[in-house]
Amino acid sequence: MTLKYLPGVATLKLATARCTGCGMCVKVCPRAVFVIKEGKAVVTDADLCMECGACAMNCAPEAVTVTKGVGCAQAVIKGFLRGTEPDCGCGDDTSCC
Amino acid sequence: MSQNPAGEAAARPTPGPAVESVTPDYTAADRFASWKARWGIGRLGCRIKPGLYALGTPSAASRVFASANYRLSFDALRRNLKGLDAWLLVLDTKGINVWCAAGKGAFGTLELTRSILGTGLEKLVSHRNITLPQLGAPGVSAHRVKAYTGFSVTYGPARAEDIPEFLRLGATTPEMRGVRFGIMERLVLAPVQLVIFGKYLVPASLLLYFSGLKADAALTAGALLAGGLVLPALLPWLPGRSFSVKGALAGLAVTAVLAPFLGLDAYQLAARAPICAAAASFIAMDFTGASTYTSLSGVKKEMRAALPAQALSLLAGLAMLALKRFL
Ligand code: SF4
Ligand code: SF4
Repeated sequence: MTLKYLPGVATLKLATARCTGCGMCVKVCPRAVFVIKEGKAVVTDADLCMECGACAMNCAPEAVTVTKGVGCAQAVIKGFLRGTEPDCGCGDDTSCC
Repeated sequence: MSQNPAGEAAARPTPGPAVESVTPDYTAADRFASWKARWGIGRLGCRIKPGLYALGTPSAASRVFASANYRLSFDALRRNLKGLDAWLLVLDTKGINVWCAAGKGAFGTLELTRSILGTGLEKLVSHRNITLPQLGAPGVSAHRVKAYTGFSVTYGPARAEDIPEFLRLGATTPEMRGVRFGIMERLVLAPVQLVIFGKYLVPASLLLYFSGLKADAALTAGALLAGGLVLPALLPWLPGRSFSVKGALAGLAVTAVLAPFLGLDAYQLAARAPICAAAASFIAMDFTGASTYTSLSGVKKEMRAALPAQALSLLAGLAMLALKRFL
């Protein structure tokens, strides 16, 4: 069973014109968001995306963009309290995940 | 794959002092260390020294695997390479697992580059390839690593236990790439949640108990279990998509289960139910961080609605309790 989170919020964008069809995004995505069809990447269901940023990091022609972040309530609260970006605090000597 | 049956000894450079040996064996001491790591005890102890390790007797042709210097990540890797000779490159991720470290960039392009160049890997191996855990991909830009070091990055499976199959096939399959989030994966994460919130709620519950408020003590513990254990266990089956809704429902369900044993009248129970639901909902929302499918955009959206709702529900319950007491 594939668990799905809130619909219509993911920031994932694919500029098909730049895509070379190399397939890296398919290989790195943990949520099976991409498939290659006729030599180009295609987004199957953007609602599956967890905004991990792996696809954008590994797309050499920069065809994929996504606002990377951790989907973690604690991080959002900490970021809000400190006035910084969401930070899961698994920094220095701890590990939250 | 990493074996070099012909001329093993001749082709193998003697590991310099920088290379430590490591075995694939998983001992009782390792098991104890990983148990401690799961419960968040002595996190400092779960760091592995960064650097290059020789697993078995690797040759210049042996595969190189990268790992985080978090004990559980490193142990999972070496255990699943049993019977293989390989190089293990442990990045300095400050004792954080691959996925979290990649999210922060600690398991990332620069650290990988630094590590490849710093350990002199290119002198030890004749090939130019390094296998990374797929979950390191959010931090690593494969094409940049290639440009900086000459090493091309191969992303292996998301889970270390798929490594033998990955090596046999020479590539990952779609099944290997997904993060499984089955009941076992979820329950393994529950202890951390229980510890985080138990720190406050267990003493609170004991305090209530010894103040003679046994029903409230039971409900406090109930809220902790609803958000920290029932939610992870029943995640796919609790209605709704947002964790706060699922958690609130788990809180109400636990209240309903406890109700017959509490000896409270309908009004008293009705006042406590929203408090329990709000607490369970808040705890449940925290599990978004442990889950493997939530996005930041989604969590922000969820929290904008959930935090006010939780606060209102808490206040409503408290108001009902106060009303009865003072009227
Ligand atoms: S990684 Fe980029 S270029 Fe390669 S297939 Fe995906 S979108 Fe296209
Ligand atoms: S951000 Fe992560 S989950 Fe979303 S499409 Fe890219 S690789 Fe997949």
